[in-house]
Amino acid sequence: MRIAVLAGGLSAEREVSLRSGRRVAQALREKGQEVFEVDIDADLLPELRKINPDVVLPLVHGQIGEDGSLREVLDVAGYKTVGSPSAAARIAFEKPIANQVAAAAGVFVPKSIVLPQEAFKSLGATALLDSAISSIGLPMVVKPSHGGSALGASVVKSAEDLPAAMVTAFSYGSVVLMQPYLTGTEIAVCVIENSDGVTTLPIVEIIPDHDLYDYDCRYTAGMTEFFVPARISTDTANQASEIAVRMHKALGLKDISRTDLIIDAAGNIWFLEVNINPGQTETSLFPQAIAAAGLNLGEVFLELLTNLDQ
Amino acid sequence: MTDKPTGSRLDPWVQAYASRATSMRASEIRALFAVASRPEVVSLAGGMPFVEALDVKMFRSVVDSVLVKNAKTALQYGAGQGHVALRESVLEVMRPTGMTAHPDDIVITAGSQMAIDLIVRVMCNPGDVILVESPSYVGALGVFRAYEADIRHVAMDADGLNPTALKETIAKVKSEGKKVKLLYTIPSFHNPAGITQPQSRRAEILEIAEKENVLIIEDDPYALLSFDGVIHRPMAAVEKERVVYCGSFSKIISAGLRIGWAVAPHALREKLVLANEAATLCPSNFTQLIVDEYLRTQDWLAQVAVFRNIYQERRDALLGALKTYMPTGVSWTVPTGGFYSWLTLPNGFDATAMLPRAVTHLVAYVPGTGFFADGQGRSNMRLSFCYPPPERIVEGVKRLSAVMQEEAELLRTFGVGEKQ
Repeated sequence: MRIAVLAGGLSAEREVSLRSGRRVAQALREKGQEVFEVDIDADLLPELRKINPDVVLPLVHGQIGEDGSLREVLDVAGYKTVGSPSAAARIAFEKPIANQVAAAAGVFVPKSIVLPQEAFKSLGATALLDSAISSIGLPMVVKPSHGGSALGASVVKSAEDLPAAMVTAFSYGSVVLMQPYLTGTEIAVCVIENSDGVTTLPIVEIIPDHDLYDYDCRYTAGMTEFFVPARISTDTANQASEIAVRMHKALGLKDISRTDLIIDAAGNIWFLEVNINPGQTETSLFPQAIAAAGLNLGEVFLELLTNLDQ
Repeated sequence: MTDKPTGSRLDPWVQAYASRATSMRASEIRALFAVASRPEVVSLAGGMPFVEALDVKMFRSVVDSVLVKNAKTALQYGAGQGHVALRESVLEVMRPTGMTAHPDDIVITAGSQMAIDLIVRVMCNPGDVILVESPSYVGALGVFRAYEADIRHVAMDADGLNPTALKETIAKVKSEGKKVKLLYTIPSFHNPAGITQPQSRRAEILEIAEKENVLIIEDDPYALLSFDGVIHRPMAAVEKERVVYCGSFSKIISAGLRIGWAVAPHALREKLVLANEAATLCPSNFTQLIVDEYLRTQDWLAQVAVFRNIYQERRDALLGALKTYMPTGVSWTVPTGGFYSWLTLPNGFDATAMLPRAVTHLVAYVPGTGFFADGQGRSNMRLSFCYPPPERIVEGVKRLSAVMQEEAELLRTFGVGEKQ
């Protein structure tokens, strides 16, 4: 099978995407596939025409890659493509909208305030930030409304740190999400959709060295401790897995997804975010879950590609 | 009692690393620089020499000549001090600066970066104090950190390292019961500050170093890239026993060859040779012979003039664009040579926090914090003018201006920087 693995691009997650792409491409080559790695740019379509792939595997993170745009382009060009359709991607990419879907699906979603920069400018930042603190409390998490790898995200512990956190988050996007900083057991549930239906992999428990599972902790081996499977009761694990599947279906996702959750002291499971194109780097969560399931990265992706090609 | 169960940290050696490895980690800034390498982005970040100005055909003939005349030596291990023929040629390269030496005074290294590494390796124990300028070269800071040195920044002014600040810093270090081991300085066309120390300032610095018995590392990779015709005399040309001079072929021939050199006092040089052997056995004979053949058979000074003219044109493009497009309150240095200008942004601006916005606008720079070991530099950035052609530099500055205007609005909105 001729496979085009798309990675890179111009988002801040370019490096992560390139690493994911290289890793999956190598795993597929080890399974005897003919793999072409493509760093996406304005020559994408001519490049794909030259390669003439049987299937396309987009592993591009961030805007374009995960907001449905790339998928739309590939669909229009007529390529068989692994992953979620563009309409679903558009919804999942915007965290506030994904939160609404989660809430509508009966999943606990942390209270959140979502505001564009323009609102602060027009309505007065000081009053809005004071209201946000009154409403959400401290500490809180401030992050851009879209994008992954926790880029631009901060934990704010005091009111005087909030303006700087807003500036940081707005550097990555024009809309910012503020939520309470939840403590508890942070977990990730990876979902695979194949001929057996929608299934989940062993749950990954995440204990970062920092307050937040931030960029450093995600991509520096040693800065986060993982337990796979997570040290949670079977009942809780079943509930978490069911939530991840529910989110996958509610959002209309396809093939793979990862839902990040946190379990509070009372045992409530809270939705943090969903990722339609989970990282596949050496320190990423999805490959750990695959390994814990006794599976092989190449085999998992080959099955997804084969199902599509049939 | 049972041990607390441990999970995986995806690194079996996580408990085994030296403490100096603590800061070696992934970072958002590095992730953003990965985007800067794309051609869509005007990168005013990296200090990449414009090697396209080299005649590749000529260079191929030089490489061929080395292999025809001297393949057995070129492909073999060499001496830890470097090939003697190249050491002789280095004297010619230094001659325009007024530096004189004997070939035996020279140690060839894998770029001047390796020379800095070897000097610190030989001179410093963990915790030893190294004085550096404010700001200082990020690559040298990385070396000093790796050897767990106590890095102290000394203020600069328009003429470079400030003598009063230097004396005060030395006095403070002494009051703490410590001794200053090294002073690291880039007197000509400073990276990143773009400042050059006049000779009178160099004399003052040397006098202080003499009085306080401090060894100076003089990093001089841009020596011949002067735009106003003035080749500045190195401190090492004045005081050989007090200064270790570091030179480089990266900016006047090719960075890919990885050849630099150190000129050091006799006893220290002997140790540098042994340290060089311990680190790499020897510098690459192949690339040493290429450099030597190039210097002996080509008009290398004419090539330096080509580079100089290109960089001067780009410097002018940068300064012109900064003057035209930068918002009020931004100031910058005017380099008379080298690769860089150093910008100071208005109060409240954080160049590190602003970088994602810049990359989104397809322009990149290096935030100032990278050039400090103590967290300073948030309101600074380094712009390099060496690589993009003039029209791209102008476009880059236009984009940067738009980024700053958006950032200014954001800062106004959130009241950041309003309080002095």
